[in-house]
Amino acid sequence: MSLLPKPQMRGLLAKRLRFHIVGAMITSLGCAVLYKYGVAEPRKRAYADFYKDYDSMKDFEAMREAGVFESVQPKNS
Amino acid sequence: MLASRAFSLIGKRAISTSICLRGHAGVVKVEDFSLPNYIDRRDIPLPQLEYVRDLSAEQKALKEKEKASWSALSIDEKVGLYRIKFCETFAEMNRGSNEWKTVIGGVLFFFGLTAFIVLWQRLYVYGPVPHTLSEEWVAMQTKRMLDMRVNPIQGFSAKWDYDKNEWKK
Repeated sequence: MSLLPKPQMRGLLAKRLRFHIVGAMITSLGCAVLYKYGVAEPRKRAYADFYKDYDSMKDFEAMREAGVFESVQPKNS
Repeated sequence: MLASRAFSLIGKRAISTSICLRGHAGVVKVEDFSLPNYIDRRDIPLPQLEYVRDLSAEQKALKEKEKASWSALSIDEKVGLYRIKFCETFAEMNRGSNEWKTVIGGVLFFFGLTAFIVLWQRLYVYGPVPHTLSEEWVAMQTKRMLDMRVNPIQGFSAKWDYDKNEWKK
């Protein structure tokens, strides 16, 4: 019967900890970076673009004509 | 202990015959699970008993040989001694099985069965759906949501083209 190679006897917890700590750092940083550049930045840009040329009075008049308000009626009625 | 001390007040003879000192012998039935047992488990590598209880003649001879120098034992004799002491090796005890296929199959089967039950329920148990879910009502509701500019930046009204009066492509 041939001898099996001697298995690793020491440092098992250290090895496991290193693997998992590195993995956890990479995973969490990766998630944060993906969220920032996938969700947060596009959203900030969308809001900035919307409000760049936004005329709130014009929007209000359009909503008034559509008849969604109770405090003001459409102009012709 | 307290009971035997109490007995000593009655008389010294009472102590030696008190059941407490004898450990309830002959009074309490010994349960199976409190006796030493053999079990193949990864976290109990050396069980409380040897596996084989009643040794055959050859096994008894082997056990005698074990008392001498172990380097005199052949490989087969060593394996024989192992099999007396243990039922399965770690490799045998840890082997996988095909049970997961049965489990997945059963789960999916019951999903399907549930689908039939839910379908029957939709047809024969539930009454008609509220009128606010009819096509005309939903159309009026959508128009009102667009008029109110619901979520105009990234949501509902952001997908409507107000100049062309149609959904954005």
